[in-house]
Amino acid sequence: MNDFSGMDALYRDFILDHYRNPRNAGTLEQPDASFEGLNPLCGDKIRMDLRIRDGVVEDVKFKGRGCAISQASASLLTESIKGKRIDEIDTIGNEDVLENLGISISAARLKCALLGLKVLKQALALKYSDD
Amino acid sequence: MALAPSSTPTLTQTDVARIRSEFPILKERPHGKPLVFLDSAASSQKPIQVIDAMDDYYRRYHANIHRGVYHISELATEAYEEARRKIARFIGAPEAEECIYVRNATEGINLVAYSWGRTNIRRGDAIVVTEMEHHSNLVPWQILAQQTGASLRFVRVTDDGMLDVRDLDRLLDGAKLFAFTAVSNTLGTVNDVAFLSARARAAGAVSVVDACQAVPRMPVDVAAWGSDFVAFSAHKMLGPTGVGIIWGRRELLEAMPPFLAGGGMIGVVRLESSTYAGIPARFEAGTPAIAEAVGFGAAVDYLTVIGMDRIHRYELELATYALERLHRMKNVSVYGPGIEHRTGVISLTVGDIHAHDLATILDSEGICVRAGHHCNQPLMERLDVPATARASFYLYNTPAEVDALIAGIEKAKAIFKIA
Repeated sequence: MNDFSGMDALYRDFILDHYRNPRNAGTLEQPDASFEGLNPLCGDKIRMDLRIRDGVVEDVKFKGRGCAISQASASLLTESIKGKRIDEIDTIGNEDVLENLGISISAARLKCALLGLKVLKQALALKYSDD
Repeated sequence: MALAPSSTPTLTQTDVARIRSEFPILKERPHGKPLVFLDSAASSQKPIQVIDAMDDYYRRYHANIHRGVYHISELATEAYEEARRKIARFIGAPEAEECIYVRNATEGINLVAYSWGRTNIRRGDAIVVTEMEHHSNLVPWQILAQQTGASLRFVRVTDDGMLDVRDLDRLLDGAKLFAFTAVSNTLGTVNDVAFLSARARAAGAVSVVDACQAVPRMPVDVAAWGSDFVAFSAHKMLGPTGVGIIWGRRELLEAMPPFLAGGGMIGVVRLESSTYAGIPARFEAGTPAIAEAVGFGAAVDYLTVIGMDRIHRYELELATYALERLHRMKNVSVYGPGIEHRTGVISLTVGDIHAHDLATILDSEGICVRAGHHCNQPLMERLDVPATARASFYLYNTPAEVDALIAGIEKAKAIFKIA
């Protein structure tokens, strides 16, 4: 690999793959939980829809636009939560998302990497505050 | 105000080398690479002359102004007022007292919106703005319209990033105020301020010009523009943050109530009511940014000695070279009009690389560009792009830095595996 002074490590193949071929892309009809979040400073946008049965995430779709880091991170997150119980998802923290990404993120880009998780948590908070 | 004639002198390599030696920050090496600063449209760097002027003020004659009768207070007052006179001459203001110190252009526009706007705009009146405004010359008018019951009308932008002035007179018919930018901060489009101001005047509307990108990079003469209010910030033109100017025609300023109230802006104060000072003091309540005004004056001196016509010419040469190289690259889109209608602000996208990823990769090479919507969301929607990277050039940039930008873009394309 060429010397890209760390940039090839940041934009490694699986990040670019998730950016260009996001998993669980799209929307759900009549989702049980849904939220659209925005990073107003950079314009990154993510909407996440969840189908929940008996406290388990049966299906999840996301739709967004933004940088490779925010979109790949959201794509990876949707993969990791499908089939998981809500109480398990509640314990997912920022460090878990960063570990899942497996790349070191500068402070300036942290908000991009964590937007998907923020949207997921807000979708669930909205749902369970309504109930 | 389009491309200056080719006989206009430019900056030589020797000039630029000397200029660069006077900007201490250009010796920095982020990530071990030479600093390539291509974000002057957001905020310019500062020459040692500006830093020294502010340092000298704090070391030798700091005191509050217009209050003390002692020697160093007189020195500070004189430096503050001398800077105002320099700035007035620099922009062709008929009188220095028409130049009001504010924190920045944003505050200047808000001053007009609150003071002139709330005195003169009534329910049913129309305010005209353009689709290419920075949020700072849009949101204050939205709030004014909401609070007064006035309506907003918009001058649209053409596909090539110019103002669509075909139905300008219809839009201005019956309007009270027309707010527009002299130069687009996103596309670099240079608007014809004299034409737009004349149309506003003919319609009986007051013109408010955002000159943040114009005053730093081209000769400006507000009297020749024929505008009513002109706002700009020091920090984009080699001066410090925290100070800017709103220039207004005397007769308009004198008829306006204060914006902020407090010390320094009063005539006679009684418990129940007060009279107000004349201009400019009426609009400069409280202790102002004295050191910053002194630094602003030093920045204007620096630009004046070099000459705005040469700075403008040189920046256009850099932009022309950059556009030539960018147009030759595959999968690179450049937004905005041709060089004859623009200045050295270039917005671009590269393949499907998001602007933030491009900026991160350029940063790893020491290259600073702006990425995002540039406080210009309606224009970005008009262009149908989520975000762009923006490179902007100034008098201390070089053709070699354009080459570095091109090489950085090539690197980003390699990382993202784009042809």
